[in-house]
Amino acid sequence: MLSFAETLRSAAASIRGHGLRSGLTALGLVVGVASVIAVVAIVQGLSHRIKEGFAGLGANSLTVKSYTRFEDKLQGRENRIGTADLDELVLRLDGVRDVSPVLPVFGPFGAEVRLAGKTAHTRVFATTPVYQYTRQNFPAQGRFITEADEKHRRRVAVVGAKLLDDLDATAAPIGKFVEIGGEWFKIVGVMEERGELFGISQDDFVLMPFATGLALLPDQVEPDIGITFNVEDVEKLDEVRDRATTLLRRKHGIKAGRENDFKVETAEQLTDSFASLFDTVTFVFAAIVGISMLVGGIGVMNMMLVSVTERTREIGIRKALGAKKRDILAQFLIEAVLLTTIGGAIGIGVGYALGYGAAQLIPSFPPAVLPWWATVAAFGFSAGVGIAFGIAPAARAAALDPMAALRNE
Amino acid sequence: MSAPAINAILTLEAVEKTFHVAGEPVHALRGVDLEVTRGEYAAIIGPSGSGKSTLMNVLGCLERPSAGRYAIDGVDAAALDDDALADLRNRRIGFVFQDFHLLPRASALDNVMLPLLYRGGSRRAHRESAQTALADVGLADRESHLPMQLSGGQRQRVAIARALVGNPAILLADEPTGNLDAATARDIMDLFDRLNVRGHTIVLVTHDASIARRCRRTIRLADGRVVDDAPSTEAALRDAGSLQIAGRAC
Repeated sequence: MLSFAETLRSAAASIRGHGLRSGLTALGLVVGVASVIAVVAIVQGLSHRIKEGFAGLGANSLTVKSYTRFEDKLQGRENRIGTADLDELVLRLDGVRDVSPVLPVFGPFGAEVRLAGKTAHTRVFATTPVYQYTRQNFPAQGRFITEADEKHRRRVAVVGAKLLDDLDATAAPIGKFVEIGGEWFKIVGVMEERGELFGISQDDFVLMPFATGLALLPDQVEPDIGITFNVEDVEKLDEVRDRATTLLRRKHGIKAGRENDFKVETAEQLTDSFASLFDTVTFVFAAIVGISMLVGGIGVMNMMLVSVTERTREIGIRKALGAKKRDILAQFLIEAVLLTTIGGAIGIGVGYALGYGAAQLIPSFPPAVLPWWATVAAFGFSAGVGIAFGIAPAARAAALDPMAALRNE
Repeated sequence: MSAPAINAILTLEAVEKTFHVAGEPVHALRGVDLEVTRGEYAAIIGPSGSGKSTLMNVLGCLERPSAGRYAIDGVDAAALDDDALADLRNRRIGFVFQDFHLLPRASALDNVMLPLLYRGGSRRAHRESAQTALADVGLADRESHLPMQLSGGQRQRVAIARALVGNPAILLADEPTGNLDAATARDIMDLFDRLNVRGHTIVLVTHDASIARRCRRTIRLADGRVVDDAPSTEAALRDAGSLQIAGRAC
């Protein structure tokens, strides 16, 4: 039995011996692996950035949102979390702090904002002073919404940096008046910049006191608010969540066995739902691009079959000199696997360079992140392609009759 | 046939080999009995189609006989599977082919080392044996040459070194001088002579009577059977006689 080192040496020599052909064959795999790696690196970079973005929410925060089943939505039904729910939680839920409601005053799509003849469209939320602690986001200039603002339903606004930029009002914005959805507000604060997430600015918003926001709602409209709060003891997160769920179910009069019409989510769950979305995207892309590796594999098989035919005499000589079936099988199989793993390794390098380069070239794109599992998977898959597509030609070579092979010209 | 001699290396009993060409059976060997003992220097001769190459392939365990018994160095070859046969070829037989059959991309040394590598073990362990074998055939200074950089005679010497390197029980040569000019052929035959003097058992196939005369035994095949088996001088005399008869008849 030929030693592994010898088999490897002979395979390497054979690949070198047909440099151009081997290179072209491996190229198919290089392209396949490179595309997989580039796509995975870019998508994982995005996913990584989003997870970072949610990290600001803190591991101990819970968010209550209304939840309407899709079937119900089709029938025009819409579940809501209202101020009564907020009061219920504030009153009866123990072990929590920084309970802040978030009310999209002009609906989920925001409103027009005007300042000195400039117009911009932005999201408008009404919230309470504790919001800054819940979100761990504080004013960079001026002040945040105060209890006094709440009490007097003041028409004051705290704005994001991106909105100011859009309104050309970055110079001395405090004290200026801004028209939001037809109402006039005084800018009292500008929030710290949080940058972009997935190409969308997180600084494009305006906040107003919660009471002011409620007062602005049309008469018939029940508000649908989100409630975020921090749990004092992270250990008791699940306990608090269960308690909040129980309180709200009772408040909403949901019978046992019926589905909740709201959701209580941890920041982690929000992150996870995004992460799983990106993982799905990664997987789908990888699967699609994996097809190109299949094509690469067929190329390898084709080359190996040509190689076996071409080297029939060599096989005959080797067999005449004492090579066993498994020697010949190993020789050709290792040659195929060596070829595909070299292609895979080059592809990983090229793919990372591509992903990294693309992320760098596109402005505001997060840097590419290549997870270790993608590298391992790409490498393993390359070797797998070598085995899967190399086994048939190798078996063919191993089965050759020595004398028939020797006679072959 | 009597019991094989104690020092018999090859023993054939009623060996037959039938090929099927386009559905038609072709009887290449029709019952060959043969015994070769240690230290012999035998030539198998015969006209084209007499079955001498087939016999050689059977002797070299490259082809299985269709019927009959074949033992090499005391091992019954018929009972062995493909891998065991490969091992037998590797350890007991040194093969020299008419067209050398060297690996074109491997150096002379690597070619010589090849049979040893199939026994396992590292390259380093076998390197010295291969160098010795190359020196034995007078090619110590051609180790790193590729076959295409060598002359025909040198290539055949490399092939002979490869056949000898594993210290086989028997050296089989199928028309070893068939692709060489007369002077080179003489050199190669001188080498075979020396090897035999040193104790190697050699069986070669040839259609060249002058080469057969250098061997000490001549086995003549015709139509798949051994028709004559005698010490070479007697065989040569008979040849001469038959030629004279043939000449007269013309």
